[in-house]
Amino acid sequence: MELLLEGVSHAYGDLPVLEGIDLTVRDGEILCLIGPSGSGKSTLLAIMGGLLRPSGGRVATRGAPPDGCLNPLTYVFQDFALLPWRTVAGNVALALEHHRLPRGERRSRVGNALAAMGLGEFAGAFPRQLSGGMRQRVGIARALVVRPAVLLLDEPLSALDAQTRDLLTEEFLTLWRRERTTAVLVTHNLAEALRLGDRVAVLSRRPGRLREILTVDVPRDERSRPERAGRLAEMSAHLWSLLRTEAQAADRELADRR
Amino acid sequence: MKGGGERPVPFRGGGFEARRSRLLPPAALAGLVLVWHVAVAGGLANPLFLPSPVSVAAALWELAQSGALAVHLAASVGRVVTGWAIGTALGLAVGLAIGIVSAARAVGMPLVSALFPIPKIAILPLFILWFGIGEPSKVATIAAGVFFPTVIAAVGGVDQVPRSLIRMGQSFGMPVAAIVWRIVVPGALPIVLSGFRITVAIAVILVVAAEMIGADEGLGAFVLMAGNLMRTDQLLAGVVVLSALGLAGAGLISFAERLLLRWR
Ligand SMILES: Nc1ncnc2c1ncn2[C@@H]1O[C@H](COP(=O)(O)OP(=O)(O)OP(=O)(O)O)[C@@H](O)[C@H]1O
Ligand SMILES: [Mg+2]
Repeated sequence: MELLLEGVSHAYGDLPVLEGIDLTVRDGEILCLIGPSGSGKSTLLAIMGGLLRPSGGRVATRGAPPDGCLNPLTYVFQDFALLPWRTVAGNVALALEHHRLPRGERRSRVGNALAAMGLGEFAGAFPRQLSGGMRQRVGIARALVVRPAVLLLDEPLSALDAQTRDLLTEEFLTLWRRERTTAVLVTHNLAEALRLGDRVAVLSRRPGRLREILTVDVPRDERSRPERAGRLAEMSAHLWSLLRTEAQAADRELADRR
Repeated sequence: MKGGGERPVPFRGGGFEARRSRLLPPAALAGLVLVWHVAVAGGLANPLFLPSPVSVAAALWELAQSGALAVHLAASVGRVVTGWAIGTALGLAVGLAIGIVSAARAVGMPLVSALFPIPKIAILPLFILWFGIGEPSKVATIAAGVFFPTVIAAVGGVDQVPRSLIRMGQSFGMPVAAIVWRIVVPGALPIVLSGFRITVAIAVILVVAAEMIGADEGLGAFVLMAGNLMRTDQLLAGVVVLSALGLAGAGLISFAERLLLRWR
């Protein structure tokens, strides 16, 4: 499924955060969204999934969701947003409970989602008993259980340590290859953006506009090869220079205001 | 560092952890009874004004034998349970509504703040006029006393449910009722349950007060009568039963907490 944004803008009160965003998230791509802190990335993601009404512009989907899809636009949250009083299986099942499903299908969906994230033996554990990485696995399993058409991930790995982050990134890719779900990933991590993204969209400092959309022209499967490292480093340097000017300018703006 | 030698790092991280102790609570009560007994036996207190625990126990035994205890206890427990249940049910409903609906909050919170401080026992005569002198006015007094703290606890509980969890529910397209029932209510439960501890005590206090004003049966009526007859041993026997009633209520709530808040 595609996600179309036309002239999207948003202001919190009289603080403009987004201006004139035209963007199409293509079917089956991973679009990474980067930008300095406060540039409106989370706001844009919330608008994409219908959690926030934009002050201007429109958002639409195009194309049919996959078979058995219960919640086309599905989020994975930075803070996991797990219910502490529910077990791992209960948290995943939560996303299904308000849908009429045969009991058997409900059970098999939950079982499959848990298995896909390697959570089988933790089904009965409570979130407080899990490490951060495991908690986010539950968050991802809960998103997978509804068979989403578009995954909206807001810095899903930024609360995790570097090793866990790498492991989960690779696992996410393996899973993603099976379904090729359209995904929008907000991240601060350029390496992550260049590992996962088909394209990387750069937002300017507040009010966020699209500075550039970079197509990562190295096939995903070749990105860990040494001979490709040069090209990726080039792209990384380019993105970093974009971000740095924006971030520096943003920093000064805040300093001037005081 | 100057001064060479090794020195172990002293441990200073202890304390403040909640640990369950099986021995200390009964030991504290036993200690209180012991001090009481020694004070009376040692002649520090006049047994007429402060009878010894032994004579209180004897009075209690006598009451239990005669069947009077059962009658008074049953009357009081019946009122406490009904009044508490009604006050709690209404309080939870109103508290949830105030916590969830902004309009209800705008209307409800000032009303609650204005009505909560009114001593319920002061309006018992009004309740008697409205509901008659019998059971309903006593139950209404207890329900009114329980209602307001329950509302406040429920609102506080709802307020501390993280917004991010509610957004999560919305993001999965959960209907409002499902969000309330599966996210808001369980999230508010810890605070609501700790509110119950207070309302159970309030219910016991109010049942005694209400029974002192107009009742033939009930622990309040009994204690009042014993006081009028200067039967201080019976008076204290009644007080001990009241305290046990409060303890039993607190025990039930601890049990509920262990059952419902296993996840903590
Ligand atoms: N609910 C809100 N009310 C008012 N202002 C808000 C609200 N949410 C965000 N903002 C402001 O809007 C701007 C953009 O916020 P947003 O969270 O979208 O940025 P972001 O790019 O996700 O930042 P970060 O990288 O720190 O996550 C920030 O200046 C923020 O302070
Ligand atoms: Mg953000």
